[in-house]
Amino acid sequence: MRYAYYPGCSLESTGIEYYLSSLAVARKLGVELWEIPEWNCCGASFAHSSSYLLSLALPARNLVLAEKEGLDVVVSCAACYSRLKNAVYEARKSVEVKEKIGQAIGQEYRAQAEVYSMIEVFTNHLGLEKVAQAVVRPLEGLRVASYYGCLLVRPPELAMDDAENPRSLERITMAIGGAPVEWNFKVECCGAFHSTFRPDVGFQMIDRILEDALREGADCIALACPMCMMNLDMRQKDINKMKKSNSYIPVLYFTELMGLALGLAPKELGVNRHFVNAMPLLKKKVLQQ
Amino acid sequence: MERINLGSHHEDAAQFREQIRLESGVDERDCYQCGKCSAGCPVAFAMDYMPREIIRMLQLGLIDEVLSSHTIWLCSDCIACYTRCPRSVQLPQLMDALRIRAREKNLAAEKNIGMFGDLLLGLIKRFGRIFEMGLIITYNLKSRQPFKDVLLGPAILKRRKMGLLPHKIRSVDAVRKMFERVKEMESDTP
Repeated sequence: MRYAYYPGCSLESTGIEYYLSSLAVARKLGVELWEIPEWNCCGASFAHSSSYLLSLALPARNLVLAEKEGLDVVVSCAACYSRLKNAVYEARKSVEVKEKIGQAIGQEYRAQAEVYSMIEVFTNHLGLEKVAQAVVRPLEGLRVASYYGCLLVRPPELAMDDAENPRSLERITMAIGGAPVEWNFKVECCGAFHSTFRPDVGFQMIDRILEDALREGADCIALACPMCMMNLDMRQKDINKMKKSNSYIPVLYFTELMGLALGLAPKELGVNRHFVNAMPLLKKKVLQQ
Repeated sequence: MERINLGSHHEDAAQFREQIRLESGVDERDCYQCGKCSAGCPVAFAMDYMPREIIRMLQLGLIDEVLSSHTIWLCSDCIACYTRCPRSVQLPQLMDALRIRAREKNLAAEKNIGMFGDLLLGLIKRFGRIFEMGLIITYNLKSRQPFKDVLLGPAILKRRKMGLLPHKIRSVDAVRKMFERVKEMESDTP
């Protein structure tokens, strides 16, 4: 299995754990990822608020690089996934748009390469049986709240799973021996950049997600988006300060949990680099085996 | 009894709506005001107008009121509204078009968000990728809150989660040219 891999800007910095763990888990499971050389930013949450064409051209240049290699594209970041997949979708819907994209990037864009989220590679392509067979350290008794956020499951045209009740991450949790938690906020928006522009709004949006996970008895939250990670992990301290409370819940990328179950070292996966320290929980429930 | 034309509140409203339809692909007449968008909107609690009301105001021609609302900036593009809309009204795309217009007419109620977007796109044009540290520092300076989130700085650096220098891709010229071509192409089409 060989794919072109698009990490995206966050995976070089604040989302470094997602990068490390995506690569390590793929390698361990025999999925070959060819990182698109000289990839550029997909335009993230802002290009489409400035120019429709730019929001298609930026991701398309990366897709062309993958097409030249004859590979489909795998994306870890939920936001990049959505932007890349949207470019394919819009180009396939209209020849005129496809040609405009080509004109903007200065080379032909064929819209042939498919775009997949990292989750789908494990659930649909490799298959969870193979994942389960490779588990050496099952996450027994670890109660995981799977958080999808927005861009993996909405809009339906671009979604990799059901919009209202996706199950992919829960299925991965089960394959690696953990216990999925049923909760209410798994597709509710974390507020994206509101925590920066309007903390009064953003913090509330983050807080109700964290609160629900805790209320339903989760030990940790698993997710697949570096923006959601920044909000749910880094902002917990400020939110506790705001509420004069002291309740924390570790937040991990689903690939970090997979890596642990596959026997990889926490450091290799970046698990030690989160703001809410996950190590005490993992030492108690996972690593003592 | 005299008929009241509810669509002619604003003289330029018809023309504005026509243009917004073209730019966003959203026809505000599709909406029958069921309110499902607003019931499920995660930011509704902070908005000055519900998403449903934004459409209603467009239908009524209250253009400046829409463009100066906080709602169009507080929409976090989560797409829950469109996913659930029985009439498939693409509210997030409508919000994009309205944000562009609000800035053009200098009516933006949340100035920092648009400014942040400009900074971010500027970095992409210059380096090909986002340089987060540069983005945050410039944003703080430009929004005149130099110490915003500054306490998080040491924690971020300690975890080696942000580089101090930008990563410039070698083929940044291709990206820069893309920006320029897009600009040309967009000014060609009225």
